[in-house]
Amino acid sequence: MSLVNFTTREITCKIVYYGPGRSGKTTNLHYIYGRVPESRRGRMVSLATQTDRTLFFDFLPLDLGVISGFTTRFQLYTVPGQVYYNATRKLVLQGTDGVVFVADSQARRQDDNLESLQNLQQNLLQQGADVRQFPVVLQYNKQDLPRDLILTTEELDDTLNFRDLKSFPADAIRGTGVFETLRSVSELVLKRLAAGGTVG
Amino acid sequence: MTTPLNPRYRFESFVVGAANRLAATAARAVSESPGAVYNPLFIYGGSGLGKTHLQMAVGHAAAAINPNLRVEYLTLDDFVETFHAAIAAGQGDAYRRRFTEVDLLLLDDVQFLTHRREMQAELLRVTNAMLSAGRQIVLTSDRAPSEIEALDERLIQRFAGGLVIDIAPPDFETRIAILRRQAEDRGTTFAPSVLETVAGMGHVSVRELIGALNRLVALQAVNEAPLDPQQALAVLGQPTRPATPSTAVPSLAAQAAPVPSGDEFGSFLNEVSMAVGQQVEAWRARVAEAMQAWEGEGYRVQRLVNLLNQETPVDPESVLREFVGDIERLKLLEAEAAELEPALAGNSVFRDPDSVEAAQKQVDQARQGTLPPPGPSQHWLLADLAEGSGTRLALRAIRDVVARPGAAYNPVVFVGEPGVGKTHFLHALGNELAARPDAVVACLETSDFTDELIKAIEKDRVNWWRARYRRVTALLLDDIQLLAGKERTQEELFWLFNLLVESGRQLAFTCVSPLAELKGIETRLLTRLEGGLVVELPSPDREVRLAVVHRMIGAGADPAETEALATYLAGRAVDSVRALQGLVQRVLNAAEAQQIAPSAALARRILEGAPAAAPRRSIGTRASGVVTPLAGIKSREKVVWDWPDSVDRMIEELR
Repeated sequence: MSLVNFTTREITCKIVYYGPGRSGKTTNLHYIYGRVPESRRGRMVSLATQTDRTLFFDFLPLDLGVISGFTTRFQLYTVPGQVYYNATRKLVLQGTDGVVFVADSQARRQDDNLESLQNLQQNLLQQGADVRQFPVVLQYNKQDLPRDLILTTEELDDTLNFRDLKSFPADAIRGTGVFETLRSVSELVLKRLAAGGTVG
Repeated sequence: MTTPLNPRYRFESFVVGAANRLAATAARAVSESPGAVYNPLFIYGGSGLGKTHLQMAVGHAAAAINPNLRVEYLTLDDFVETFHAAIAAGQGDAYRRRFTEVDLLLLDDVQFLTHRREMQAELLRVTNAMLSAGRQIVLTSDRAPSEIEALDERLIQRFAGGLVIDIAPPDFETRIAILRRQAEDRGTTFAPSVLETVAGMGHVSVRELIGALNRLVALQAVNEAPLDPQQALAVLGQPTRPATPSTAVPSLAAQAAPVPSGDEFGSFLNEVSMAVGQQVEAWRARVAEAMQAWEGEGYRVQRLVNLLNQETPVDPESVLREFVGDIERLKLLEAEAAELEPALAGNSVFRDPDSVEAAQKQVDQARQGTLPPPGPSQHWLLADLAEGSGTRLALRAIRDVVARPGAAYNPVVFVGEPGVGKTHFLHALGNELAARPDAVVACLETSDFTDELIKAIEKDRVNWWRARYRRVTALLLDDIQLLAGKERTQEELFWLFNLLVESGRQLAFTCVSPLAELKGIETRLLTRLEGGLVVELPSPDREVRLAVVHRMIGAGADPAETEALATYLAGRAVDSVRALQGLVQRVLNAAEAQQIAPSAALARRILEGAPAAAPRRSIGTRASGVVTPLAGIKSREKVVWDWPDSVDRMIEELR
């Protein structure tokens, strides 16, 4: 999937929210959904289990209207976080233009964060993306939890941000940092408009 | 009390978007054929969304198509006030009559009908009267008819019988388009993304939007540097946001940060707009925007699609310019086609800039399909005009005009008594002009001109009639004095006259009396006629008479006898060429009947020996038309017009 289609004059950005299970990816999408005027958003598709775990993926289409003559659409996806859904994650990652890695700030989830990040790298590599160039931003979610449970952004940066990506502390339930993260990844993605850097 | 239409409220200045497209289309349809479609047209929508604009645009457009249409715009308040005033003055009937004379009634803000029973009854009566007479009503309101409190059920039904249509608040793109057009109108250019920022602020009504823009225009005018989007937000009283998020904000700060508020999506949208604006190459953005605009108007944009798909086109701007040029051409062609053949309007061929040739062909066909206006008669040629001292000036004028049509003398008016040859001069000029390449010369009797107009009015094809004459390269009207009292013809001729003169096309007329003595013709037309060259044609002098006689009798077997005959005939006292031709014809007819060669003796016998009952058309002081030795009367229509009484008319019909 190409970012710009000149024939139909469309710019379509596919952004995938990646991260370990229960880190708050779907919460990010829900918050965005709630903030977008009805006319601009499509139906949010969410396939969740009874305990609200993402089973397959969430999908939120956003219609940003015509910008510089191009109909601009954003498609926001989440992947299921649990380790055993890797096939689904690969599928969702296909054709993505940018990734938001949602990390769980809790100290006890550090290993899950790392494992998921490695999985992301692996899957991107498999799809032929250059992980050093690919638009990825980090979001350290659940920064609202008590201090003794979570790591600071510096500590999280130390462990996860070895590529010096942009990172944002967040509280996805209340929306802190949600749009900042989305704006940042969008900016990275759109900078690559001319280059046409899409996975797959 | 009628409010004049605001000249700025036209279709051309109305920005069409998804939210008002249907209303705009319906309004256009109504303006093109008032009373025929969607009657009444009821437009409703929130304040400041363009209802009044659309309504007045209908009035402007309808009046442009048919200048004689009586258009009346008034708000419900006006309607009520005049009603009360009329009732107070005891002139209720006059008030009612007034609306029966209006062809297109534009009534604004009808939501104020709430609880006004007597006004509702009055409007119901007006509506019924207008609908039954096929006259158009366009109403606007800020809510749907069914939501107007205590509105008479019968009125609701009447409105529902036409078209009830709403205008929604403009979407983001339309808001941008409106802002751009307004900025352009004010001659102000804003930095990229400023207008997008304003459009993203969530103003619902167009008035608010324009108000916001006005503030920016005013500020930018006093500012040295152009405003940036952040400043724009500040000016318009919206909190600004840091342009870029800082990386790795300390977590304490994050915890202290308040829960986000305001329009997060709006500012996200602004940033995306800016990013796209920076990333999409300028020419691509221009091409894509042009495509969107033209596509919106229904044009095919395949050429631009191909252009966009190229990696590095050589000169995209010139392709775009050419494309726009082609569309302009299509528009002109379509306008012409619509005038020539109303059915052609909206034909898809006028929507494809890649088929300008095909569109041109359509118009050519339409042109051929319409009858060309009547041209000059082939029987009156310049070569047949005898030159004499009296005709020298007129001949000279014809030659000058033929050498430089539209530039030498415009118009030329031949003035003279009946029978001196005005018509011959006029048609001779017409024939000479018609010989030029691509010439379309209209040369006809003024009475025929009037008749054609009347028929066109009858069949509602006045535009077609106008188009027919507007494309002529020369217009020659015989007997212009017959315009007296024909007000509409005078008016049409006046406009046609101006149009033709301005575009350097030739006009010529004939008139039986000096222009100053003409009665019943508007001064504005008379002064225009006098502004050209007025040539007086006197009674034929001997030189001319001799030439005329010679041409008619030809070279006889005996030159001396022929000369004697010619000298005798030319010496007869006649005051017009036509009378002279009548005399010669009588002699020739007699000679033919007696099977002898025409001679002076015969002529003397015929003309001086008391001719009892010669047929009128051959002595013809009244029967105009040129009589030639062989073919008799050539100009049938002339004869018909000049037959003096019903007996002669019957003879003509029997013929």
